[in-house]
Amino acid sequence: MTDGLIDGLYREGEPIADTKAPGVPLAERWSTRVFGGHLVSPNNRRKLKIIVIGTGLAGASAGATLGEAGYQVTSFFFQDSPRRAHSIAAQGGINASKNYRNDGDSTHRLFYDTVKGGDFRSRESNVYRLAEVSGNIIDQCVAQGIPFAREYGGLLDNRSFGGVQVSRTFYARGQTGQQLLLGAYQALERQVAAGTVTTHNRHEMLELVVVDGRARGVIVRDLVTGEIETHLADAVVLASGGYSNVFYLSTNAMGCNVTASWRAHRQGALFANPCFTQIHPTCIPVSGEYQSKLTLMSESLRNDGRIWVPVAQGDTRDPRDIPADERDYYLERAYPAFGNLVPRDIASRAAKRVCDEGRGVGPGGLGVYLDFADAIARLGRDAVVAKYGNLFDMYRQITGEDPYQVPMRIYPAVHYTMGGLWVDYDLQSTIPGLFVVGEANFSDHGANRLGASALMQGLADGYFVLPNTINDYLSAGPFDTVPADHPAVVEAVTSVQDRIQALLGTRGTRSVDSFHKELGQIMWEHCGMERTEDGLLEGIEKIRALRREFWADVRVLGEAGELNQALERAGRVADFLELGELMCIDALHRRESCGGHFRAESQTEDGEALRNDDEFAYVAAWQWGGGDGAPVLHKEALHYENIELKQRSYK
Amino acid sequence: MKITLKIWRQKNAENPGRLVTYERDGVSADMSFLEMLDVLNEDLTAKGEEPVAFDHDCREGICGSCGVVIDGVAHGPQRTTTCQLHMRSFADGDTITVEPWRADPFPVIKDLVVNRGAFDRIIAAGGFVSVNTGAAPEAHATPVPKVDADRAFEAAACIGCGACVAACPNASAMLFTAAKITHLGALPQGQPERAARVVSMLDQQDAEGFGGCTNIGECAAVCPAGVPLETISQLNFDLRRSMTPSRRH
Ligand SMILES: Cc1cc2nc3c(=O)[nH]c(=O)nc-3n(C[C@H](O)[C@H](O)[C@H](O)COP(=O)(O)OP(=O)(O)OC[C@H]3O[C@@H](n4cnc5c(N)ncnc54)[C@H](O)[C@@H]3O)c2cc1C
Ligand code: SF4
Ligand code: FES
Repeated sequence: MTDGLIDGLYREGEPIADTKAPGVPLAERWSTRVFGGHLVSPNNRRKLKIIVIGTGLAGASAGATLGEAGYQVTSFFFQDSPRRAHSIAAQGGINASKNYRNDGDSTHRLFYDTVKGGDFRSRESNVYRLAEVSGNIIDQCVAQGIPFAREYGGLLDNRSFGGVQVSRTFYARGQTGQQLLLGAYQALERQVAAGTVTTHNRHEMLELVVVDGRARGVIVRDLVTGEIETHLADAVVLASGGYSNVFYLSTNAMGCNVTASWRAHRQGALFANPCFTQIHPTCIPVSGEYQSKLTLMSESLRNDGRIWVPVAQGDTRDPRDIPADERDYYLERAYPAFGNLVPRDIASRAAKRVCDEGRGVGPGGLGVYLDFADAIARLGRDAVVAKYGNLFDMYRQITGEDPYQVPMRIYPAVHYTMGGLWVDYDLQSTIPGLFVVGEANFSDHGANRLGASALMQGLADGYFVLPNTINDYLSAGPFDTVPADHPAVVEAVTSVQDRIQALLGTRGTRSVDSFHKELGQIMWEHCGMERTEDGLLEGIEKIRALRREFWADVRVLGEAGELNQALERAGRVADFLELGELMCIDALHRRESCGGHFRAESQTEDGEALRNDDEFAYVAAWQWGGGDGAPVLHKEALHYENIELKQRSYK
Repeated sequence: MKITLKIWRQKNAENPGRLVTYERDGVSADMSFLEMLDVLNEDLTAKGEEPVAFDHDCREGICGSCGVVIDGVAHGPQRTTTCQLHMRSFADGDTITVEPWRADPFPVIKDLVVNRGAFDRIIAAGGFVSVNTGAAPEAHATPVPKVDADRAFEAAACIGCGACVAACPNASAMLFTAAKITHLGALPQGQPERAARVVSMLDQQDAEGFGGCTNIGECAAVCPAGVPLETISQLNFDLRRSMTPSRRH
């Protein structure tokens, strides 16, 4: 390890490598790994306990599949039902390289699009496997009775999403996530009835128990009674989702948080590429101070909607009165090959740019038009209703405006986090026995995720990858029973209790939400769509000051032994206040632009992200420094053997 | 605008609850109903009073977490979820009463938060297709007529919020159960277990203490997902058919 602090902020440690992907040609890696891993006989599975945190697409599919295999699964989630996990809100669709359209799609093309879309910051092995199993996901979902959109011939319909030129997205109106999650949820409930899965609703994981270097359990709080419980097992799976809510305003559900991942990070799991966040181009703009979240308008709308702003600055005319030659369809103009379907990072930055030029529309000039007038003229209103009806209704409900009559106003908002806990090819973190699936891991999307690929990854991880790789680890079990009074357990319980007492005991003057909002503003300003050296350094100072103030002045009312929603939020915000700093440090150290990470100092002449492959073609995996100690950077070098590393172009 | 809120406050399941009045000023018409409650909670916290507990998560009308009775109507005056209701649906000077779902199978946990675990148990009783991961045939092996797929979707859109139960004078869960019966029954994949499913799900519904359906239709009138009342006829049809011995397999 380097002794001195780099940039006064972090140290560099030993490089890290993914040792689990076999060194055979790409297309043979997954089957080779599955064959090479140890199995657990059906008789022994009954004796092995697995804890799964989360019941989103990743957690519910993993829980159901592991239950079907015969393991004893215990599942925890903070909502009142597994069906309410944030995955339920996904709108647009799920990718699979079925090539039902005969438009030249293939495993290799999905692999290629995903690596390129991720701006060459993801692992070839993982992405190829994702593409390989994508078709099985659709088969599984159809067999579960998921009502995907169909054509008149009875076959599945597809549409196109940003960053690709084929139609490989399967969808169920604008409610694809809902339908996929209900399928996984029903499979999970079926296992509950079969006795292999036990679910604990309204339970939040607040600590990971590590015994002799292995993940052996969790400390959870029963959110109804406030009781602190210890649950022990042979392996722990985190499927706890992403951390976009570090920005306070995001498209994520209000409860999405980093606590499960962060607690594991503090126990030794490396956190990879924390600064890789995705800003989604099509969200409903902010309307006021009291705003609690931002609503996404699915990217699928860009299939038929056309994005534009007035040519002139400060043009406040009714959009319908602005003639065609005074409109700037800026994406179609700048990116003729992909037009309105460029990847999200590019579309978001382009929107920011035209608004910075003073051509934005709506209150504060922070908006661009997404116009369906041409689509309605071309396809007819009924066809537009059938495709996007629920999204249009949602827009009208929130804004009070009718998008069939006037163009929608949209603006970018934080949406997804590509970063997450570091995992190897087996989806195992750096703590043996701790596996991480879904948005909570970092593995497949590099520096930018393509639309409809998160649902694919969550279900690939949960249905097909983890249930195959976890056997290899569990074949060495059952591990020695951990007594409830083991020092590691006692310490974990005590630290959870102390923290709750600290939060409740401060009785300061500021509400939890006021801190969360302020943190969000700092993150958006300093670590948002455009990042600079000075801005990040300033952001880090502000976050540190805010964190000190939080622990000195937060006001959490009520008691520990009851349903206490402010206390729940306080714990999550406390962890966000640590994560935010690491995100800024990661963004600062990565002095290049790639995907969603845009460093103003590193751009091409026409303002596109400029990568620096010589210095930064690696995964930045951070180790917790402890207390006020500086984080330690471990680099995993990325190798591209099957795709030529080149600057992305969507022109 | 100015409004008066009368909100149900109840410390926990054991304590009796009561309506507490809060005067609010400066409420914006563009706020969502829940944002209006957020602001109330910030003010209560500042005054040292415990904030009002309510369930919510997505705030997009899809997770089914939110749900309160507003002026006697589940989810309030618009046919949408509580989180998608905006203050522009109310007028300056209004008095608004806010209560939790009222139904024995949904006991109150605190303030506006209730326990809807019974819904999960109804699904566990048979609201699925028994297909293990990896056992699925190729997706295009069985074409599904578009009308069937659309009908399945319409019923599958249920968000599990429980408004139908809260609205029903009998506290029946029939619309919720019928939505799942109709969804799976409309598809070829749901056929093998169709007869058994309706019986086991209804048995569970009864065991949870939900009331019987007397075709009042309040459920569909408040359902934010637009689950049609006809699903209940479909359920009854499936139930009759399941009792015909030759069809039961
Ligand atoms: C509005 C919106 C639309 C989207 N649309 C699409 C789309 O069309 N296509 C696409 O591919 N992707 C889409 N995405 C992204 C995608 O939905 C998510 O990335 C994905 O659903 C994440 O799934 P997950 O299973 O990893 O986590 P989640 O669904 O977020 O589930 C997290 C689970 O973890 C639990 N949990 C978290 N912390 C704790 C804790 N400490 N203790 C106990 N339990 C905990 C929660 O209760 C929950 O069950 C969209 C995202 C948003 C916000
Ligand atoms: S049927 Fe409608 S009202 Fe009842 S739970 Fe489902 S969505 Fe809610
Ligand atoms: S909060 Fe999700 S439906 Fe209202």
